[in-house]
Amino acid sequence: MISLSDFLIVAAILFGISIAGIIINRKNIIVLLMSIELMLLAVNTNFIAFSYFQGNTVGELFVFFILAVAAAEAAIGLAIMMVLFRKSGTIEVDKLDLLKG
Amino acid sequence: MAIAAAVALLPLAGALIAGLFGKKIGRSATHWVTIVLVGAAFLLSCYLFAVIVLLGHPPVEGVLYHWVVSGPFNFDVAILLDHLSATMLFIVSFISFMVHIYTIGYMADDPGYERFFSYVSLFTFAMLILVLANNFLLLFFGWEGVGLVSYLLIGFWFKRESAVDGGLKAFIANRVGDVGFILGIAAVLTYFNSLDYHTVFSQATHLLDTTMPLFPGIHASVITVICVLLFIGAMAKSAQIPLHVWLPESMEGPTPISALIHAATMVTAGIYMVARMSPLFEYSPAALSLVLILGATTCLFMGFLAVVQQDIKRVIAYSTISQLGYMAVALGASAYDAAIFHLITHAFFKALLFLAAGSVIIALHHEQDMRKMGGLAPYMPITYLTFAIGALALAAIPPFAGFYSKDAIIEAVHLSTTPGAHYAYFCVLAGAFVTPLYIFRALFLTFHGKKHYEGTVYESPWVVLIPLIALAIPSMIAGGLLIGPMLFATPRLLGSSIFVLPQHNVLATLAEDYQGAQMMAIHASQTMTFWLALLGILTAWLFNLARPQWADSLKKRWSYLYHILVEKYGFDKFNQIVLVHGSRRLGEFFYKVCDLLMIDGLFVNGSGRFIRFFANKGRRLQTGYLYHYALAMLIGLAILLGWFVLGL
Amino acid sequence: MTAIQILFYLFSTIAILSALMVVASTNPVRGVLSLVLTFFAMAGIWLLLHAEFLALILVLVYVGAVMTLFLFVVMMLRVNVASMREGFVRYLPFGIVLSLVIVGLIVVAIGPKQFGLTSMPIPPTKDINYNNLAELGMVLYTQYAYPFEIAAVLLLAAIVAAISLTHRKPHQRKIQNIGKQITVKRADRVRLIAMPSVKKMNVSDKPSGETS
Repeated sequence: MISLSDFLIVAAILFGISIAGIIINRKNIIVLLMSIELMLLAVNTNFIAFSYFQGNTVGELFVFFILAVAAAEAAIGLAIMMVLFRKSGTIEVDKLDLLKG
Repeated sequence: MAIAAAVALLPLAGALIAGLFGKKIGRSATHWVTIVLVGAAFLLSCYLFAVIVLLGHPPVEGVLYHWVVSGPFNFDVAILLDHLSATMLFIVSFISFMVHIYTIGYMADDPGYERFFSYVSLFTFAMLILVLANNFLLLFFGWEGVGLVSYLLIGFWFKRESAVDGGLKAFIANRVGDVGFILGIAAVLTYFNSLDYHTVFSQATHLLDTTMPLFPGIHASVITVICVLLFIGAMAKSAQIPLHVWLPESMEGPTPISALIHAATMVTAGIYMVARMSPLFEYSPAALSLVLILGATTCLFMGFLAVVQQDIKRVIAYSTISQLGYMAVALGASAYDAAIFHLITHAFFKALLFLAAGSVIIALHHEQDMRKMGGLAPYMPITYLTFAIGALALAAIPPFAGFYSKDAIIEAVHLSTTPGAHYAYFCVLAGAFVTPLYIFRALFLTFHGKKHYEGTVYESPWVVLIPLIALAIPSMIAGGLLIGPMLFATPRLLGSSIFVLPQHNVLATLAEDYQGAQMMAIHASQTMTFWLALLGILTAWLFNLARPQWADSLKKRWSYLYHILVEKYGFDKFNQIVLVHGSRRLGEFFYKVCDLLMIDGLFVNGSGRFIRFFANKGRRLQTGYLYHYALAMLIGLAILLGWFVLGL
Repeated sequence: MTAIQILFYLFSTIAILSALMVVASTNPVRGVLSLVLTFFAMAGIWLLLHAEFLALILVLVYVGAVMTLFLFVVMMLRVNVASMREGFVRYLPFGIVLSLVIVGLIVVAIGPKQFGLTSMPIPPTKDINYNNLAELGMVLYTQYAYPFEIAAVLLLAAIVAAISLTHRKPHQRKIQNIGKQITVKRADRVRLIAMPSVKKMNVSDKPSGETS
């Protein structure tokens, strides 16, 4: 049978891939956003796995809320990106350094 | 009580009216208001003098106003009216009254007329408060008030640079003394827990053996320390060496104020204060000795300086310093009554001399250089006569006032056992020769000999002459009248205000030989003092009128000595080079090193630069790139995880 | 190997491979599609964990709405495909090292030692009438009613924010201002100037302006 740690390891690998995505990607904000979605997915998987193995529905409920927040985040993130593109004509992460001190 | 307060407050009212509303009420109204008020103060003080001194009313002491209450200490505006302060009140208000009248004539065409009257009245007020105070704090108030107004008055013609400098010099020299004075007051408060004269004096005997650490390892008697500190204050006010430098400079002020400052008020404050503190000074032979030696030095050496001055007012100014030296000598010899006696006679004849000199100065259109005078006697008979009376009094020729007081001092010093009395005796004897020398030199140069000016000269107006005459009379007779009751009667005029230990009581010894004022004058020919004075007059006549060329050859022969005198023993040079330049250097050093380098450079700009430096380094961290922030978070996550997993 | 295990490894492999595709793909459209695949695979794993409702939500809402939004955006923006490769190789080793470190640490923390079958046995099978949806609804609408409503408000706020961010402002539009057209005055448009009415003969190159 499949143990809890197997599920968790899959989630961890997904998490690691998204981390690598964030570090490697220097050009496209969309990939950044997608990496964040992946991260959330890995976390959600963790919640659901624990919820199942401990027989508790609250974990699943939490995933429900996380999905809601993630949807909102994606929508607003994409909107900001649209505005950004309209203003500066680029979505390359390299060129966005307005916060430079 | 109320009358005494009124004596002090009337001039204040006059000062306020003249100062605040002077321009509105006009010139004549201003001088009428102030003169009437000061005159009223004079009449009241006459009454007080009569009641307290002549009729022997017991001393009055009372609180006018609670000034400060701080813990166990009460600082009151309280007055003490005893024989000493009543006498001083009389002198001060009398001289002030004369000066007020004289001012009408002297300042007639000065634009600051109202201001001058306001200052003079304010000065009188401060001096009266000083005299009337029954505690050290109020004394200090009057002391500072006198100092402040003297600064205002010396710098009265503030458009003249020398006047401003003179005022500043007076102010600064007095500040030096005030440091000592206020430290002395602080010491009194520390050891006596009170500032009331009465409390302090009655406890003085308890502190005879108390010592205080002056420097680590060096202990000094508390009473001596207090007395020396107080005397430092008196040194500045009463122009004793080495704090005398301000007094000649103060001649930059108008002449009436020179008379007021140098005759009756400010400079005598120090003498009055020491006399008032006699219960303390008596227990400190060291302080008395210091007073004696400094006074004797001042008396002789400042007299020498007067001989070489060319400015008539400066001659009189140095003469004042010299006479104050006499008073200090008397104080040092425990002859406090003699000091006050000399103070009184000096007040009369020195005010007279100043006012007469002022009269000459008006007549010559504000010319003060004696080399440009001469031969004035026929044109200004009254001024000449009064000046001559003043000069005779100053020169201690019997029966003029100065003779009695000065002779008493010299005899007292002769008998004194205070350490340094022999030196002091020599100094005052030599001073008896120098004094007539310089004052008659001034008299001869001014009123006799050839004319050194152009145009005609007229006698001064009556407002100027009346005070001269009014002062000439006491200059002639006050000595003979007062010597008996003041010095040799029992009880003396000043009564219990003065405290003298029996072993110091030289006046009591003198009293045994005293046979009356007339006898004293007649027997003057048997004393050395009289012949020294005559010799002085003769010398002055010889060198200035009969054989002026002798003076020149003497000058050439002893040119270096003459040079030393003209340079005033180098006190001014010393002050200029060491103190002024030294403090400027020090200030510059502190400005450059402490202010610019440390405070500005290190602390103010330094902290700014420090923050800027680190901000410059720190802003490199803020690249603005999203992935750098994400990377930082991730590395933080890795470290946390590592700590959590491996560190468990 | 049971059927469940086969399914688990199949879904896991698909998820991990497609996740790698998301990160590595140069074409954003392909990246989004790979992400969709990952979601599908993970939804399968969630089904194995008996979270039927959430798995369906993930597919329906997430893939159906959010990923579609992504796809729209990617297609609307002109992305320079060639420049997407820049820096990829340069940061690759560092990215791999860091992600390996983190994954390794997590695996150490959650390995079979802690969460193996011995310490966390598989829960007993629910009875036939068990309804995941009803169970979730029971909790959500009673105990977690307020968080649920807050989440709803949050979504509303997200809608408002997204619209207001991307909405074009009026000044960027070209529309007729009728009010302005009506209130215009003659002086605003017509200007009378005085000029000499005689033509100068030598002026030939400039057109003479007598009207305005």
